[in-house]
Amino acid sequence: MSTKVKKPFKNPLTHHSTPFLLAPYAALFILFILIPVIAAVVLSLFYFNTIQTPKFVGLENYLNLFTNDEVFMQHVVPNTITYAVWVGLIGYVAAFLLAWMLSQVTKLPRTIMALTIYAPSMTGGVLLSTVWKVVFNGDQSGYLNAALLRFNIIEEPVVWLSSSEYLLTIMIIVAMWSSMGIGFLSMLSGIMNVNEELYEAAYIDGIKNRFQEIIYVTIPSSKPQMLFGAVMAIVNTFQSAGVGVALSGSNPTPGYAGQLIVTHIDDYGFIRYEMGYAAAVSVVLLVGIWILTKGANLVLGSKDE
Amino acid sequence: MKKEKPAKKKVYKLKKNGINPQHFEVGQLKFYAILIPICAFMALPIIIIFMNAFKPLDELFAYPPRFYVRNPTWDSFRALFAISSTSNIPASRYLFNSIISSVATVVCTLVISTSAGYVLSKKRFRARPALMEINNLALMFCSVAVAIPRYFVISYLGLLDNFWSNVIPLLATPVGVFLVKQFIDGLPDALIEAAVIDGANDYQILLKIIMPLVKPALSTLTIMTFQSAWGSEVASTNYINNESLKTFAFYLHTLSASGTVSGQGVAAAATLILFVPNLIIFIFMQSKVMSTMAHSGIK
Repeated sequence: MSTKVKKPFKNPLTHHSTPFLLAPYAALFILFILIPVIAAVVLSLFYFNTIQTPKFVGLENYLNLFTNDEVFMQHVVPNTITYAVWVGLIGYVAAFLLAWMLSQVTKLPRTIMALTIYAPSMTGGVLLSTVWKVVFNGDQSGYLNAALLRFNIIEEPVVWLSSSEYLLTIMIIVAMWSSMGIGFLSMLSGIMNVNEELYEAAYIDGIKNRFQEIIYVTIPSSKPQMLFGAVMAIVNTFQSAGVGVALSGSNPTPGYAGQLIVTHIDDYGFIRYEMGYAAAVSVVLLVGIWILTKGANLVLGSKDE
Repeated sequence: MKKEKPAKKKVYKLKKNGINPQHFEVGQLKFYAILIPICAFMALPIIIIFMNAFKPLDELFAYPPRFYVRNPTWDSFRALFAISSTSNIPASRYLFNSIISSVATVVCTLVISTSAGYVLSKKRFRARPALMEINNLALMFCSVAVAIPRYFVISYLGLLDNFWSNVIPLLATPVGVFLVKQFIDGLPDALIEAAVIDGANDYQILLKIIMPLVKPALSTLTIMTFQSAWGSEVASTNYINNESLKTFAFYLHTLSASGTVSGQGVAAAATLILFVPNLIIFIFMQSKVMSTMAHSGIK
């Protein structure tokens, strides 16, 4: 009490309310994020089929994954790359361009259109597949089949969702449709909040058109939101990867056409009960996401980090 | 004075060309030309579901399928609540479970995330930068990747076949904490200093100063958590065997798996029940979400 009044702010802050307020979140974080990640790494070094006691096998799971698992190398990896490039990368660029275009129109239509574009992302998980199953229904009552039949583009109804030919394409369309979520809103808000004087200054400095406007003003000024959007896009890409199983109704998907790394984990973990192997696939996925996020950080992060 | 005028006019014109225009101009038509077809594509499947949910049976069976509904009825909704699942659990039970678990998830997330966000934003302690770094790293956390270890954690905690396994795993939301923390960063420290001088403790500060001021962030968090909880079937699929503890989203999954045409109407009705609350909450809180998103950047 008799100490100097120099920092009256500090005293109550150093009390035990800090750990107490942080504790619930910290506990949940440790239980459901930290421990699962560590457990995945540890488990990936074991052979574990949930019945026998786990047997330490070192890096054998990883070796098998990259050298012996034909499904992984022939289907899962190429599918995942195609899917990630479309849904993650192209979906992200599309989200930015949509947000930018929305910022160029007046408020009321912008709000309505932003809501329309955002709405599909509210149909995550099971909703996603029920909505689209109606469109891609395999018999002639499906909307797409009916439309194509009417215009004589096809002669027989196509079994869209269980054909290995179309499944991946459909998954990409569906996932992109639902990918304009919180990252999209963040970028829209970032673009809307760019200081208008910057544009004026840029025009005085000699930029000439909208394209230059985007490159020299919009992107540099909204980088933090774009980075957030990028992280969300990466997470969402992998989080939504179960859509192939939901649409086709089977895991493994027909002819492994829609088999992505996440479905591969489920296949080994929850169907074959090869937990160690599934954990190794999880670790590969986590490392992949981490590398992608690092990449996004390099491109969009601020330099003084 | 006359010399000033054109210059002023020019600046005004530049501003008009830039972001957030105040008035409609012909130059904006090109954006509409791209945006409107995209919006149509985005809205179409949702409109189809709306139509299907209100179609009577004969229109559902109609070939070719008609887009519009001629004689809207509530039949599918009635059927949804009349039929029982294989284990005789009525749809209303699933709906009840979903409502309780979603509300519990939202309330708990708000309390937990705001407390953590406040501490991480306004407190000065040694571990803080490291904790923020960890949380930022966890933004990219992808729960589907660790479904199996999570199962073991749930099982170890004795939460298998427990209603709360619908709620508790969803409470660890790095994105939520991040958004709230960013928003609290925008509040001046002086505000808290003043409260401290007036004798408020941390809990009072949190409840009476922080919570009211970060309402936009809390609205955003509400929407995000509600959406994830309301549509969640992970717990019902992986952690719960007892049919009477499962959620409506899971029930919809079983409905849509059956795949019959009459089932289509019922599934569409169930889909609407899952979709509409999200939509309504979002429409009401839309402007607050946008103001939170302005703080969402990662620097």
